[in-house]
Amino acid sequence: MTRRLTLKNYDQETQLFTKRLLVTALLVGLLATGLIARLFYLQIIQHGKYTTLSIRNQMALIPIEPNRGLIYDRNGVLLADNVPSFSLDIIPARVENLNETLSALQKQFTLDDDTIKLFNKHRHQHRAFEPVPLKMKLTEKELALFYVNQYRYPGVIISARLLRHYPEGKYFSTALGYVGRINEREMNEVDHVNYSASNYIGKMGVERSFEDELHGVVGYRQAEVNASGEVARILKQYDPIPGDNVYLTIDSNLQKAAHKALGSMRGAVVAIKTDTGEVLALVSHPSYDPNLFINGISVKKFQSLQNSPNKPLYNRALRGQYPPASTIKPFISLGGLQDNVITPKTAIHDPGWFNIPNNQHIYRDWKYGGHGMVNLKNAITVSCDTYFYHLALNLGINRIDNILGQFGFGEKTFVGLSEELPGCLPSPEWKMHNQHQHWYIGDTIISGIGQGLMLATPLQLASYTATLANRGIRRRPYLLMKTVKPDGHIEQTMPIEDTPVMLDKPEYWETVIDAMQQVIISEHPKGTGFRFGLNPPYTVAAKTGTAQITRPKKYETMRENDIPKHFRSHSLFIAFAPIKDPKIAVAIVVENDKLAPIVARKVMDAYLAPGSKNT
Amino acid sequence: MSSNNHFKVNPKNMLIQFWYNIHIDPLLLITILMVIGVGLLILFSAGSQSLSLLYRQIIRFGIALIIMLVFAQIPPRKYYQWIPTVFAFGMVLLVSVLVIGHIGKGAQRWLNLGIMRFQPSEIMKLVVPMMIARYLHDKTLPPKTKDLFIASLIFLVPTFLTAKQPDLGTAIMIACSGGFVLLLAGLSWRVIVAFSTLLITSGPIVWHFMHTYQKNRVLTFLDPERDPLGSGYHIIQSKIAIGSGGVFGRGWLEGTQSHLQFLPEHATDFIFAVCGEEFGFIGSMILLLMLLAIVMRGLYISARAQGTFSRLLAGSITLTFFVSFFVNIGMVTGILPVVGLPLPLVSYGGTSMLIILIGMGILMSIHTHRKLF
Repeated sequence: MTRRLTLKNYDQETQLFTKRLLVTALLVGLLATGLIARLFYLQIIQHGKYTTLSIRNQMALIPIEPNRGLIYDRNGVLLADNVPSFSLDIIPARVENLNETLSALQKQFTLDDDTIKLFNKHRHQHRAFEPVPLKMKLTEKELALFYVNQYRYPGVIISARLLRHYPEGKYFSTALGYVGRINEREMNEVDHVNYSASNYIGKMGVERSFEDELHGVVGYRQAEVNASGEVARILKQYDPIPGDNVYLTIDSNLQKAAHKALGSMRGAVVAIKTDTGEVLALVSHPSYDPNLFINGISVKKFQSLQNSPNKPLYNRALRGQYPPASTIKPFISLGGLQDNVITPKTAIHDPGWFNIPNNQHIYRDWKYGGHGMVNLKNAITVSCDTYFYHLALNLGINRIDNILGQFGFGEKTFVGLSEELPGCLPSPEWKMHNQHQHWYIGDTIISGIGQGLMLATPLQLASYTATLANRGIRRRPYLLMKTVKPDGHIEQTMPIEDTPVMLDKPEYWETVIDAMQQVIISEHPKGTGFRFGLNPPYTVAAKTGTAQITRPKKYETMRENDIPKHFRSHSLFIAFAPIKDPKIAVAIVVENDKLAPIVARKVMDAYLAPGSKNT
Repeated sequence: MSSNNHFKVNPKNMLIQFWYNIHIDPLLLITILMVIGVGLLILFSAGSQSLSLLYRQIIRFGIALIIMLVFAQIPPRKYYQWIPTVFAFGMVLLVSVLVIGHIGKGAQRWLNLGIMRFQPSEIMKLVVPMMIARYLHDKTLPPKTKDLFIASLIFLVPTFLTAKQPDLGTAIMIACSGGFVLLLAGLSWRVIVAFSTLLITSGPIVWHFMHTYQKNRVLTFLDPERDPLGSGYHIIQSKIAIGSGGVFGRGWLEGTQSHLQFLPEHATDFIFAVCGEEFGFIGSMILLLMLLAIVMRGLYISARAQGTFSRLLAGSITLTFFVSFFVNIGMVTGILPVVGLPLPLVSYGGTSMLIILIGMGILMSIHTHRKLF
């Protein structure tokens, strides 16, 4: 050691070390300056850019669903409500093994495969940290079951939301329709922003057609979110504006009475308030419970509804296009009178059949052997087919179409529901265009009794009847009585009048209406509407109709009661009351049964004479 | 050269004499305490204002500071005597960690000693420069080729073993601590330049032996946007945090990047980003200058040290300390790749802070024991 120490040159080494130390100190200074420059660049030069990025990181706009407007009937009876409901939601981002969790939940809550499928479908429409509903409308028992087992399901939560509820759904589904979960196609059609928080949309009926009024305006929460997208705190909130409350023209008592009147029959009832055009009842029977559709009906349940022979999903009132049959006769009569083809006194002899001169084809009257001598009034009262074969032939199809067109045949009533069908008022041009066939004289003749290609919906029939009741004034039927905005502002619907039916002589109206009054009261000859019953506490003008349906030849000659039920004719009935100062017009269709007049009596009693024995 | 002369020239300065007697360097101690204080402020914010986390860190600092003072009492001569044994022991630990890790099939840095988990590679940051300093202590400087070769082995073997764990950050620090001793010992510039060239050109070869995650870190460093939600996420979020701080910062406890969890590892490796976000450029500068003050004091102590062993060791400890925070801040601000090194004296965690403070204790010992070591 001593030897080496002598070899070391301390001064030189110290000098060397000091030099090195100075160099490294310089290097330290340089590197530190580099860091300072970098900080200066990030924090002062690029400050704006990174502030923006930071804000973008932490801010999120969270949309809030507006409460859907409520639906009431004309008297303020609640038809569609929002009820608080608990749902089982999953936040996919917080679940470790989604499939395991799903199958565990499926076992615990006995969920069917459809629910799981639906969930998976909805999951792809949400961001990973947003709760996706799995099961809606949890019962209290299910809630308890979940809370006891909650620890087993991280990422699964219970959330409360408002859910559409139809208190007496099956009575009103014909008019109300229902809401359901928004699907992708619908999402593409609506305003994305306004629907960013919405889960439901009107699918049918009023819910669909008045979607804009009912939906409301989306609200926003400006929130600070963390890196997983969870809300840390709310900074600002723009409250959503609830949808408008909608008051329908429907009278819920009448609507229910109509359903009850149809009992076990299949059919439709439409009632219109004649002095305004308000639809008082819009009934297709049997109907369905719209509550089933809100959260997506299961395939099995849907098929059982779809395949039911009673077709509960078929909206007969709006979409049932029936041959108007003999209910057309009052309207044709008005055409005949107006065009001077007949006078109120014109009479013919009815042998029970009719043929065109020089033509072999026989057109039969519904009554074998005929009605004998009939004038216009009798022809309407007993619904004499032969009389109207004559009249139709003499009027010709153009004049028939003209008078029926004035009442609105072949056009939608524009009641405000998008699913409404227009019926059909055939003309030679129409037949050529749609069926590529020529118009035959026979087509004209059977038009006289409302058969053939002519079709009308119960809603249309009720509307024409109301026009008749109003002696030509056409008030467009409507369902939306008023909307009440969240601020209390009321928007009342004003009735719309279409071009009226103008006759040269107003007494033509009275001629036809007088005959229609006889339909239910005449004993000699017996009116076809006798089933309406005696002594209604109001005056009634009515007309029956029997719409034949296509059936095998072998049943043609058999009595109605002997053939299988589903091949029997539909019975139709139009009526208004009272005659002098009409209040209500109704149209009734009963499928495969002749009891339409009885239904009509119950409905009209319910409206005009509540408390009478028939209601 | 005698320390007594020095104090006889300044007889008024009784206070300094007092500090010398208890082997504490007050300047170093005060700067360290200031950094620790600021660090605790930042940690309180970064740790979601968790008091228990703060208490744990304070207790650790308390213990580590006591240990630092204990190490300051040990004269450099003792370190000189003990270091070969300690080095041998450290090597045994490093190898055993690797073997256990190999058996356990996975990265293994920790050795469980029953009462505490212990990271042997950390102590090598101190042991390696000490060993080299001791080796060069009685050699002529600048070192001859043979000495250089042996000295290189002393730091390259533990570096390699640590890199194998794999712990790239610590390995780099061990290499640095050893390299600094050589640099200060007068390693010729030609060798340094040649070595640097070799290092750069050997890049592709090193690349070949790197783990995938290490490769990713390098790639991500070169282009953070390459994988913004994967490995680039750290850098992007940390730059956002620092950049959004601006001149004055968003205020203490007001940082959103860390509190809303955008910034990963914000209490440990990325804690400087919290400082940048909440205290801004001014706050970052203050912290940086305090850290630099420690370095300056360390370099001063090194310059005033009496023996080769002491001055080489003091210089290396100081420069390693500098590199550790330079690399950390460089990585957090996106000018260096993410290597997983904590910010000394600020980041949450025990081992590295203890090693740093032991190093500071040794610096104090060197400064207050005036003997030729």
